[in-house]
Amino acid sequence: MGGFDMAITLSINGAARSVDAPDDMPLLWVLRDELNMVGTKFGCGAGLCGACTVHMDGAAVRSCQTPLGAVGAAKITTIEGVGETPIGAAVQKAWVAVDAPQCGYCQAGQIMSASALLAATPKPTRTQITQGMSGNLCRCASYHRIMDAIELAAKETSHAG
Amino acid sequence: MQAELSRRSFLRASALAGGGLLVDFSVPVHAAQGAAVLTAFVAIDTSGAITIAARNPEMGQGIKTSLPMIVAEELDADWAQVRVEQADLDPARYGPQFSGASMSTMMGYLPMRQAGAAARDMLVRVAAARWGVAVAEISTAASVAHHKASGRSLPYAALAQEAAGLAPAKPGDLRLKSPEQFTIIGSRRGGVDTPKIVRGDPLYSIDTRLPGMLHAVFVGPPSPGAVLRRVDDAAARAMPGVKAVIPIQGVKAKGTFAGSVDSLTDGVAIVATNWWYAQQARDKLVLEWDESAAQGHGDAAYAARAKALLDAGGGKVAFKAGDAKAALGKAAKVISARYDYPFVAHNTLEPQNCTALFKDGKLTFWAPAQQPENGRKLVAQCVGVAEGDITVHVTRIGGGFGRRLMSDFMAQAGAIAKAMPGVPINVLYNRTDDITHDFYRPAGWHKFKAGIDQSGRLTAFTNHFVSFGPGEDPQFFANMAPFHMPEGLIPDIEMTHSVFPTIMPLGAMRAPTSNAHAFVFQGFLDEVARAGGRSLPALMLDLFTADKQFGETDKAGETPRSFNTARARAVVQKAMAMSDWGNVPRKPGIGRGFAFYFCHRGYFAEVVEVAVKGKAVTVRKVWAAGDVGRQIVNPLGAEAQVRGSILDGLSQALNGQKITIENGRVQQSNFHDHPFARIDRLPPVEVAFVPSDAQPGGLGEPALPPVIPALANAIFDATGKRLRSMPFAL
Ligand code: FES
Ligand code: FES
Repeated sequence: MGGFDMAITLSINGAARSVDAPDDMPLLWVLRDELNMVGTKFGCGAGLCGACTVHMDGAAVRSCQTPLGAVGAAKITTIEGVGETPIGAAVQKAWVAVDAPQCGYCQAGQIMSASALLAATPKPTRTQITQGMSGNLCRCASYHRIMDAIELAAKETSHAG
Repeated sequence: MQAELSRRSFLRASALAGGGLLVDFSVPVHAAQGAAVLTAFVAIDTSGAITIAARNPEMGQGIKTSLPMIVAEELDADWAQVRVEQADLDPARYGPQFSGASMSTMMGYLPMRQAGAAARDMLVRVAAARWGVAVAEISTAASVAHHKASGRSLPYAALAQEAAGLAPAKPGDLRLKSPEQFTIIGSRRGGVDTPKIVRGDPLYSIDTRLPGMLHAVFVGPPSPGAVLRRVDDAAARAMPGVKAVIPIQGVKAKGTFAGSVDSLTDGVAIVATNWWYAQQARDKLVLEWDESAAQGHGDAAYAARAKALLDAGGGKVAFKAGDAKAALGKAAKVISARYDYPFVAHNTLEPQNCTALFKDGKLTFWAPAQQPENGRKLVAQCVGVAEGDITVHVTRIGGGFGRRLMSDFMAQAGAIAKAMPGVPINVLYNRTDDITHDFYRPAGWHKFKAGIDQSGRLTAFTNHFVSFGPGEDPQFFANMAPFHMPEGLIPDIEMTHSVFPTIMPLGAMRAPTSNAHAFVFQGFLDEVARAGGRSLPALMLDLFTADKQFGETDKAGETPRSFNTARARAVVQKAMAMSDWGNVPRKPGIGRGFAFYFCHRGYFAEVVEVAVKGKAVTVRKVWAAGDVGRQIVNPLGAEAQVRGSILDGLSQALNGQKITIENGRVQQSNFHDHPFARIDRLPPVEVAFVPSDAQPGGLGEPALPPVIPALANAIFDATGKRLRSMPFAL
C-alpha cells in the first residue's frame, strides 16, 4: 500500500496544484478523479481516440498515456484553461460559430489538438489539418464542422497576427 | 395515447411560491428563484429570462435545442433570452421522455407548439386585462406583448407572475401559427450546450462529481449468461485506493424493454477513490465463471448454420403476393445472389457509466439513459427499490446510437450504491468492457432471386432471410421492418425467413434493421437493374410510377408510417438532379452508385462517387436528398445529422467494423480492432431537403441506411467487383 505519500506539485492552467498520487497514475485520472477537472475526457485509455488530449508545454499529448511521473515541471493546459490563450480562445469561438459538436464528448480533445496544431502551424493546409487531427476520433462524425472550425480559427488568428 | 398523456400533463400550470423552489417537481429544473411557471415547459423570471424545459435526452441529435425552439416559436420568445434546462424524468408531467427511433421530433412537434402557445395565451390574457382591450388586439414578438392601437407594450417579465395564476386554455382552443409566421422554427440555431461543451463544462454523466463520491468498475461476465461461481478478492482489496469489493448477483428483469434483454448480470464491483485504482485492482481479482451457456456460440458457427439454412431454402412465409415462383419461371432473366452483414458494436465515445446515490431508502441517479423511464423500471426490478423512490436526473449523453436504449449501467450503479448507503458511486466501463458488454447489431444472411422481363422491368422477387430468434420468427432487433420494398410494388413477391437462437445480447443500432437491410436489398436491386441494362434509380422510378400509399397504417395527426411512392419519387429525382446522374462522362477508376431507402418515416436517396486504386477506396463526394416532412425545425442541426449519419454508414462499410465471437466471448477490445472513420475520410456531402406536406419526422437515422448500398454500387461501377458482404473488402 501507499508509496505515494509524497505530494507532487503540478502546473495546470497556470496554477500550482498539489496531488498525492503514484507516479504511474495517468495524468488523465489525476485530472479527473484527484482534481475533479472533468473537462478532459476518457474514451479508450489506449491512445486511440484523443478524447483525453491536453497540452504539455504547448504540445498535444494523450493524458491517458502520460504517467504523472513524466509530467515534472511541464506546464499543463486543459480544456478548462485553453481559452486563456489567444489561439485557444479563437478555436473555441470558431467551434461555436460553426456549431461543431454533436454529442460533444470528443470536442474537448478536438479543441486541444486543434489549438496545438494552430500554434505550431498557423496556416495549415487541409492535409496538415488532416494529419494533425487524425488521432482524434469523433464517433458522431462531426468532421465536416471540425474542419470548417479549424479553417475559420486559422483565418481569424492569422488576421490578428 | 402518449400524445394525449403529454397534452394533459403540461396543462397543469402552477405558480411557484417564492422560496419553495425545486420541492415541486412540476417546476422546470433550476428555474430561477421567484420565476413564474406557466406550463411544465415554460418559466419566466422577473428579469425576462425564459427557461424552457427539454424533455428528451440529448445525445447529439440536437433535440435539446430543437424542441425548445418549437416552444419558443409559439411563445414568441426572444431566443436570445431563452435558457434550456434538461427536465428530470417525470413522464406524467412532460410526456414521453425517450430518445430513439427518430421519434422525439415527431412526437413532440405538436405538444411543444401547444406548450408554447398555452403560455403565450396566458401572458396575452393578462396584458388584455391590464389594458382593458380584447385579447385579439394584442400581438406578441420577442418576449413583448404589444397593443398597436394605443402604442402600449409590456415585456413578458412584467406579465408572467400574474399569468402563472391563470388556468391554461385547452390545447384544442389554442390558435397555432401558420408556417409563414415562423421566425424560430426553420432558422439555423446553434446547440444550446455548444458554448459549455467548448469550455469543457461538466455536462455528461461521467462528469458527475458529488461530495464523498467514489468510483467503480463492474467486472461483468466474460460471455453472455456466464454465472459467477467463486470470488477471491483478497488481493484486490489490498490494492491502493480500494474501498470495497462487492459481488453482485444478477437479476433477470421482465418487461422493461424489448424482450427483457436488459438485465442485471452477475459481476463484481470494485469501488475506489479514483477510477484508475479500481481499474488496477481488477487484475488482482480471481473469479471463476461458469461459461457453459455460451459454448458453441460464435460468428463462424452462426455463419455455417445460416449457410445451411439458405442452402435448404424455404423458410416461414413473412409476406406473399401473387406467385413469385411461377413469375420467376416466366422471367426473361433470373438474377440471384446472397448477402450478409456481421455483428457490430455501438462504441459511444463516452463509455457506459452511471452515477447513483442510495440514501434513506431512496435512489437518485445521474444517468446517460436514452430511455430513463425504462431504466427506472429496470432498477426497480433488479435492485429492489420502488419506482416511486427513484429519482432520475438525465445528463447529456456522449453518444447514444441505440446503445443507451438499454439501461444495464443504471441497474449496476443502483446495485453498487445500495450496497454502500450514503456514498455516491460512479460506475464506469473501460473501452473493452464497453465493446464486450454491448447489445449488438445482429448479423444476418439473405438469399435473393429476382426476375426481369425483356425490357429490364422487375417482375418477380423472393428473399430468404436467415436471422436469430428462439422460435419461428426473428427476435426484436433481428427482424425486418413490417413493410419492406419491393413489397406492394410488384404483383409476384415472396419473403420468407428462418431463424436459430443466439445467446448474444442484441440491440438497436442507429437506424436499426434498416442499416443492414438497405445494403442487402438496394445492393441486390442494383444487380437486377444492371442485368436489365438499366440504372438503379431508373428501376426504382419505374417501381414508383403509380401514386400509391401502402404498408403500415397511418394514424391521424401523426407522422405517416405508410410508404408513399410520390414522396419516394421526389427524393430519387432530386438526388439524380443534384448529382447530374447519368450525364457525367465515365473515367477509369471512378464510379458512381445510387440507393434509395425509406425508414423511420423518412425518405432518402443518395449518390456516392468513389475513386478506386488497387484496394484503396476514396469516397469523392456524396449527394443526399431527403424528405422528412413539411418542416425542418433547425436546418443547422439537421444537416449535421445527415452528414454524421452518412459518414457513420461509410465508416461501417469501409473501416472493417465487425464483431467476432468465440464461445460467446467477443474478440474485439478497443478502437484498433473495431475502427471508425477519422477526419481523413471526409468527402464533401451535399444535402438537400425535399419538403412534402407530411407531419415532420426525425432525422437521427433515415439518412444512414442508403449510403452503404450506394457505396457498394459505386465500387461496382468503378471496378466491376460486387460487394455482398459487410464490411467491404476489395
Ligand atoms: S482516452 Fe486517451 S486517447 Fe482515448
Ligand atoms: S461529437 Fe460525439 S463523439 Fe464527437
